[in-house]
Amino acid sequence: MKIENLSSLETETMSNTTQLLRFITAGSVDDGKSTLIGRLLHDSKSIFEDQFTAISKTSERRGMEKVDLSLLTDGLQAEREQGITIDVAYRYFATPLRKFIIGDTPGHEQYTRNMVTAASTANLVVILIDARKGMLTQTRRHTFLASLVGVPHIVLAVNKMDMVDYSEDTFNAIVAEYRAFAAQLGIHDVTCIPMSALNGDMVVEHGTNLSWYKGAPLLEFLENVVIDYDVNTTDFRFPVQWVCRPQTQEYHDFRGFSGRIESGGIAVGDEITVLPSGRSSKVKEIVTYDGNLQRAYAPQSVTLTLADEIDISRGDLFVHGGAQPQVAKEFEAMLCWLSETPLDLNRKYIIKHTTRTVKCHFSRLEYRVDVNTLAHHQASALNMNDIARVVMKVQQPLAFDHYNKNRATGSFIVIDEASNNTVAAGMIA
Amino acid sequence: MNARTFTHLDALESESIHIMREVAADCKNPALLFSGGKDSIVMLRLAEKAFRPAKFPFPLVHIDTEHNFPEVIACREKLAADLGERLIVRSLEDSIRRGSIVIKNPDLPRNPYQSVTLLETIAEFGFDACLGGARRDEEKARAKERIFSFRDEFGQWDPKSQRPELWDIYNTRVHHGENIRVFPISNWTEMDIWQYIGREKLHIPSIYYAHEREVIRRGNNVIPVSRLVQPKPGEKVEIISVRFRTVGDMTCTAPVESIARTVDEIIEETATTRITERGATRMDDQTSDASMELRKKEGYF
Repeated sequence: MKIENLSSLETETMSNTTQLLRFITAGSVDDGKSTLIGRLLHDSKSIFEDQFTAISKTSERRGMEKVDLSLLTDGLQAEREQGITIDVAYRYFATPLRKFIIGDTPGHEQYTRNMVTAASTANLVVILIDARKGMLTQTRRHTFLASLVGVPHIVLAVNKMDMVDYSEDTFNAIVAEYRAFAAQLGIHDVTCIPMSALNGDMVVEHGTNLSWYKGAPLLEFLENVVIDYDVNTTDFRFPVQWVCRPQTQEYHDFRGFSGRIESGGIAVGDEITVLPSGRSSKVKEIVTYDGNLQRAYAPQSVTLTLADEIDISRGDLFVHGGAQPQVAKEFEAMLCWLSETPLDLNRKYIIKHTTRTVKCHFSRLEYRVDVNTLAHHQASALNMNDIARVVMKVQQPLAFDHYNKNRATGSFIVIDEASNNTVAAGMIA
Repeated sequence: MNARTFTHLDALESESIHIMREVAADCKNPALLFSGGKDSIVMLRLAEKAFRPAKFPFPLVHIDTEHNFPEVIACREKLAADLGERLIVRSLEDSIRRGSIVIKNPDLPRNPYQSVTLLETIAEFGFDACLGGARRDEEKARAKERIFSFRDEFGQWDPKSQRPELWDIYNTRVHHGENIRVFPISNWTEMDIWQYIGREKLHIPSIYYAHEREVIRRGNNVIPVSRLVQPKPGEKVEIISVRFRTVGDMTCTAPVESIARTVDEIIEETATTRITERGATRMDDQTSDASMELRKKEGYF
């Protein structure tokens, strides 16, 4: 087995203005998901020689003719022994244009839970389809979950084109069916790419087999998709994480509110309102280690000082003008149950929403969604991987936005007080 | 600054600051594990960015194998003093004296025993969260670990029962006796670290830069001659230009041949190297495909 491509190295150094794109791949092993990731890493020259040697040896030992790139995403001993993948694994690679983080999720049981987890931080999802099989139930499920979690960009990768003679008609038929389905979910931003991950067609290189396709290969698309507007750029939201009180001679009266700007921006002199109390003040300084700023934007982590001394603590939310969050003790949400222990409607749980942690209970289950058919069913219980619409009551008022307007202020996790486990993910809607 | 000039380093930095502040706010008694290596030096700068003008809301803790390169220990002392932060050092020698670590030969690699002293230190101070500078790109087992990684009272990591981690809402709750290891630079790569060291002009131990050093070759490894490693009869001592990509136990940390004497030159080498960081430098990780996974299950970072 020969190491290919590794001698002709590109020596370009990544520029410091490279952006960061987080994406996930959805599909089963049979769709060639691991091969696709392996191909991206390999053809973008992100695989190191010692890693390549290790998988070459394993491929040889298993009697394979070519190096099995899917072995690159194999992880733990426990998994190798059993031939399974058990969790979300994160992979990193970079090109001169961007740095990428891949959330790699296994495609079998517990899939809903793993995909929701990985999708929650993703800018983009690559949904894989086997060109021979076309749209399957799992394609609908992956697409629904991507829309539920609000992943801003979807790529439909129609893989294994080599198995259908690189047929343009086959590709077009799958794309038409997929677009019709996605439109029902309100998804219009879909990029469809035919490819053969096995042969490397349209992953990093165009290849010669799909010359009828005029779009960019997957990697080129990933390098160029515009992600600047994936966060809400208009509504300023600043959850207070930490109150900074140095109590030193030099900073005797310093009282700063540290946190990350989750959306929008703020300038010195802007009036802010503190929620849920509703008190107002003006931004006196925007403090950072590298000096004070006049303006700051999401997703910067900064420390704000205010013109007035008002009572503020961790969990409060600063907002400024424009669309205002709702402040309430009751709200509806879409919930994904993540725990093996089912929901108990008689129990109280804890929710963590931005930097605020409060007690809650579930006052009603509206319906459960069948992730395969999207049909709504009456529900009296929630088990692992269930998606449902619920009505929740919290002990203290929360300041929130709808999830589709603001991912950061519309999301929460549910924690079981007895086990301390994270048992559900919620999206206020 | 607008979205156009917000670089990947800015994004990683902001994420790490956010994680450190969550730990400070939500955990009762955190600590920052500090080794004097490049990743933990980046962690210190991130802590400054997270908490200045105040002091750090946690002490720095070093678990000293006493097998460290002297340049690293010197750098550790200088950084803690310059920052004016509290540094707690606990040595494997203490555990050996207590009998909780039994070693056959004091000169053999000590990484496997670090977990013992770490757990003893956690118990001594009652730490409920330890911030560490591990990165997911370092190793397969790390790639599957959460940013907030829960450990039972034996410090064990169970890869199969990790808490799901959604958005950037971190569940920091633990029962008494349990603790969390938190990895704020999980999403950084070796390249990001070097670019950040360059951007922030961080002071790092001199042995990260190319220098002339006495080495001996054993198999594929280049081994630095030190007070702990002396040539065996028949082995030839060479003087070559090397740098270290990681700085761990002197007996099992190999340098790479290099003439990179500046951060920019190291970045260039990092961009073109074909060997992973640990593959090139950690002899203890080469013993088995699952070495790290096994050590982590025992309470190692």
